[in-house]
Amino acid sequence: MKRESLWMSTIAFGGLLAFWELSIELGQWDEQVLPSPLEVLKSLWELTENGTLLRHSVASLFRVTAGFYLAVLFGIPLGIFIGRVRKARLLLNPLIQFLRPISPLAWIPLAMLWFGIGDAPAVFLIFLSSFFPLVVSTSVAVSSINPIYFQVAANFDFSRWEVISKIIIPAILPDVITALRISVSVAWLVVVAAEMIAVQSGLGYLILDSRNALRMDYVMVGMIMIGLIGLFLDMMMRRLSYTEASAWARHH
Amino acid sequence: MSQIEIQHLYKSYRNRRHHRRGPNDYDPGEEIPVLEDVNLCVENGEMVCILGPSGCGKSTLLRMVAGFDRQTSGEILIDGQPVTGPTSDNIFVFQQSGLLPWMTVWQNVELGLRRLTDQAEKTERIQEAISLVDLEGAETLYPHQLSGGMKRRAELARALVVNPKILIMDEPFTGLDFFTHLRMREEVVNMHEFIRKTTLIVTHDIDDALLMGDRIVVMSGRPSHVKLEKVLDFPHPRNLAKHPELNSLREEIFFMLGVSDAV
Ligand SMILES: Nc1ncnc2c1ncn2[C@@H]1O[C@H](COP(=O)(O)OP(=O)(O)OP(=O)(O)O)[C@@H](O)[C@H]1O
Ligand SMILES: [Mg+2]
Repeated sequence: MKRESLWMSTIAFGGLLAFWELSIELGQWDEQVLPSPLEVLKSLWELTENGTLLRHSVASLFRVTAGFYLAVLFGIPLGIFIGRVRKARLLLNPLIQFLRPISPLAWIPLAMLWFGIGDAPAVFLIFLSSFFPLVVSTSVAVSSINPIYFQVAANFDFSRWEVISKIIIPAILPDVITALRISVSVAWLVVVAAEMIAVQSGLGYLILDSRNALRMDYVMVGMIMIGLIGLFLDMMMRRLSYTEASAWARHH
Repeated sequence: MSQIEIQHLYKSYRNRRHHRRGPNDYDPGEEIPVLEDVNLCVENGEMVCILGPSGCGKSTLLRMVAGFDRQTSGEILIDGQPVTGPTSDNIFVFQQSGLLPWMTVWQNVELGLRRLTDQAEKTERIQEAISLVDLEGAETLYPHQLSGGMKRRAELARALVVNPKILIMDEPFTGLDFFTHLRMREEVVNMHEFIRKTTLIVTHDIDDALLMGDRIVVMSGRPSHVKLEKVLDFPHPRNLAKHPELNSLREEIFFMLGVSDAV
């Protein structure tokens, strides 16, 4: 099974490369419009060797991590609160439902105005992109916890903190992990866009800067790197959902 | 003084439906009486089996004794004190499984003893409870890895380990296959003979009630009150064939509930 999926993906990537190479051979593409695979590979090596790629990747990853952690730090507790307290739900839900569909990219002008240039506006945009989905999925997960578990908690004299740590958190963990996984991939989408404004580093900046220099090979190197890191992030998050702590949920 | 005294207990729920569904339905927002003047005393160490038609308010009654729900009027006294809320003195065994699915059997049973600082005593008591319900070897399994009968037994162990004053069981055998049902029933009776804990059991099965109970209580349809109460002073192991009195009581209850077991 695993072997088969490995084979299949090799075939898919090989096919893409072949199609790419074939287009170069048959079409009369200007190198500045469509560089050849070999060209891109050489540039990939060049940017790896001189450290540019690493520097930009680290910058992007740093922003995603910072924004994402902030979103987790504020979003999950707020989601638990909204899920548990009916009044809070009635008060805040309409607001969140209204803000949620606004793309983080629409916040770019305000983010730059409020946070100036540098990492801060980018981190803020990532935060926004993860915060609302996390609040919503956490609160939905909390309000759908089987009420019997809260009665068990009351029956065994759980303190308020024990209700949170022994009932709510383990009960919502599987759903929250799924939400985290989606948030990370959205955050990774957003960081590239955010880096096209206001910063001098990151993979988004690399792409924008290379376009201005008409180096499509560097643009493609940037894209490949974004794809690879995105894949890696998703793999890590998927790992998380297979931990023992959420094993029970797969049987419900 | 009886351990549990239920006096003139009334409970009604507000009708949440927005439309009447027929000429005899309740109006939206109207109070629907569920329990109407329920009176019942349970002695220390007694096992009382409660029967009644579906929807008559048996679970509601148990939930109020456990403190999960408030009565509309009337009194529930436990050892002379009114019930104010859930405590680990009265443990409720749920109609569906109340085991926490993210904890192993051991961790679930440990819930009631988590404040105990003496580790050795804790381990010993957990082991004792687990072996009482015959679950040795399943300590590290999660609820989803247990069969239906094992789940009920694990929940029973979790209830017993805190040594509650009162054990409250809502349909503990529903959903079990026939043989597991019989085996569990026998285990609960044996356990009760052994520890003599005050126990309230709601069941749908007349035979369960007749074979297990020190006393049997039959409730009427909604709005519900106690329709029949009988002490069953027969030694265990009981057998319906052996006791003609039980058999005629069985007929009487079937008649009372408006059904017949003869087809
Ligand atoms: N929270 C509630 N709000 C409104 N009505 C309720 C509520 N809980 C129970 N009821 C109503 O009270 C009545 C009694 O319910 P209860 O669950 O106590 O019945 P039961 O005798 O345990 O039934 P069963 O044998 O099917 O378990 C039912 O008609 C039910 O619709
Ligand atoms: Mg019930």
